[in-house]
Amino acid sequence: MDILTIDNYSVSYDGQRSAVDGVSLSVSRGEIVSIVGESGSGKSTLLHGMLGLLPKGAATRGRLALFGREISEMPAGERRALCGSRVSMIFQDTGRYMNPIARIGAQYDEFLRIHGMRDGAARRDLQREMLLKLHLTDPERVLRAYPFELSGGMRQRVGIAMAMSLKPELLLADEPTSALDVTVQAQVIRQMLELRESTGTAIVLVTHNIGVAAYLSDRIGVMQRGRLVELGDSQELIEHPKHPYTRGLLEAVVEIDDERLIANHG
Amino acid sequence: MDDALLELRGLSKTFDMGKGERLRAVRDVSLAVRRGESLGIVGESGCGKSTIARMVAQLTEVTGGQILFDGRDVTNLPRGRRRELWRRVQMVFQDPYSVFSPRMTVGDFLTEGLVHFGIASRAKARERLPELLARVELPPELAERLPHQLSGGQQQRVVIARALSIQPDLLILDEATSALDVSVQRQILKLLMRLKAELGLTMLFIGHDLAVVRSVTDRIAVMYAGSLVEQLPSDRLVETAAHPYTRRLLDSVFSTGDRGRKQIAIEDLSLIEKGRQLAGCPYQPRCAIATGICSGTCPSLTAVGENHSIACFARQGEELQ
Repeated sequence: MDILTIDNYSVSYDGQRSAVDGVSLSVSRGEIVSIVGESGSGKSTLLHGMLGLLPKGAATRGRLALFGREISEMPAGERRALCGSRVSMIFQDTGRYMNPIARIGAQYDEFLRIHGMRDGAARRDLQREMLLKLHLTDPERVLRAYPFELSGGMRQRVGIAMAMSLKPELLLADEPTSALDVTVQAQVIRQMLELRESTGTAIVLVTHNIGVAAYLSDRIGVMQRGRLVELGDSQELIEHPKHPYTRGLLEAVVEIDDERLIANHG
Repeated sequence: MDDALLELRGLSKTFDMGKGERLRAVRDVSLAVRRGESLGIVGESGCGKSTIARMVAQLTEVTGGQILFDGRDVTNLPRGRRRELWRRVQMVFQDPYSVFSPRMTVGDFLTEGLVHFGIASRAKARERLPELLARVELPPELAERLPHQLSGGQQQRVVIARALSIQPDLLILDEATSALDVSVQRQILKLLMRLKAELGLTMLFIGHDLAVVRSVTDRIAVMYAGSLVEQLPSDRLVETAAHPYTRRLLDSVFSTGDRGRKQIAIEDLSLIEKGRQLAGCPYQPRCAIATGICSGTCPSLTAVGENHSIACFARQGEELQ
């Protein structure tokens, strides 16, 4: 069964051009799908729609179902219960969604408790286990820290640790590494891949970095002005892009082994 | 170096963080940019690459060492003499919108430099607008627009056109294409390369994206935690980079051909912050090949090949054998 089914889904804001326009996509268990596109392509709006996080005034059409249940018909309580346990989300700067005046440990503990972990000792063990799994080698220090005391890369690892704690069936990631330094980005991407292998979590990743999408995904979707113009097996799409927009996008990427743009002289 | 347009000699910058704490943002950097050359500086956030640019442009004070421009000492110029330097050194930053005045037309913005430096009267400068815009491949009618009416790529083109309007000798680009979409980024990079060839510009190209910096430079300087750790020709970056940090940067680059195959070593991130406070090599806490000497002494840049130097005890030994 598909975890996520999107059928002819559109999002628009009062009379404006559709931000998302007739997108169809389904994601199966354990699959990693990346949505790539340039700014304004609608890729983030699509992801926010999947969690029912669209701003007020957004009008949607078409079907968007999680685990076979239409998200717009779900009571708010049921949707909230789903978020965190079966579906998790990470953002570009996870730190911004943390409470700045509460210690990481307190926030992490509350998150686990709300999602049904009654046993305090088990909650503490799980926190340490997850932080260690993400190579935060001094979990006690991390749990005692306030968000501002950690580097951006460490906060992002905490965010991923929290998001993965309850072994969600679906992880939605919106540019999760775009604000990180390149060496840290590479490690976080690697860890997302490992977590899929160990927990079977399906991932939908929104990114502008086509190299990251190619590395991580089974399938890649390309969005342009709200439309999903191409969707396919990631190797196939990169080696044999069919849509002219995809071709243009791939040609524009500056690669480390490309012919250089500067003329050699001397 | 005889043909150096810009030369940094043991340049340092220390910020006083209060409570007796000091941050060494740039540590003893020596580096030369030759006339007509495009030199890249790469590194991650906090490595000091932008601080170097800001010291050269007199936007922040130098706390140690010297800056030579065209053979003359321009370290911490007094206020009254900075204009002379700005006439010859121009800078382009990451966010074009932030340098515009929101109510100023593109035409007024573009001619400001010419008028300010007394190169042309306001009227004469306006006559040159179509030419200035054409140089960056923009149509003349854009002169009447306001900055928010332009796309990000058009804004950056206008900023470049203004920097070049006064015919500077050195153009410093600090993450100038980092905020742009990939297709726009490539257009701007190509434009810069065309202008460089046509105008004989010398360029200092600062960025975090190794692939981008490599594509538009002759040589690359790699910085880590305030120190210069490697310098090498851009066209041999992938094959000959020897410093363990440069190798790590290269291993962190995702190419569309990668497909999940390459191995990425996972590090303890708390080590990254430790390096800066050490007396020895700043990369030592993260380094797989560090030995005893690395924690006590900071290696200095040593030649290991033609136009290639590294600051690494372990690798220097290997390369020279």
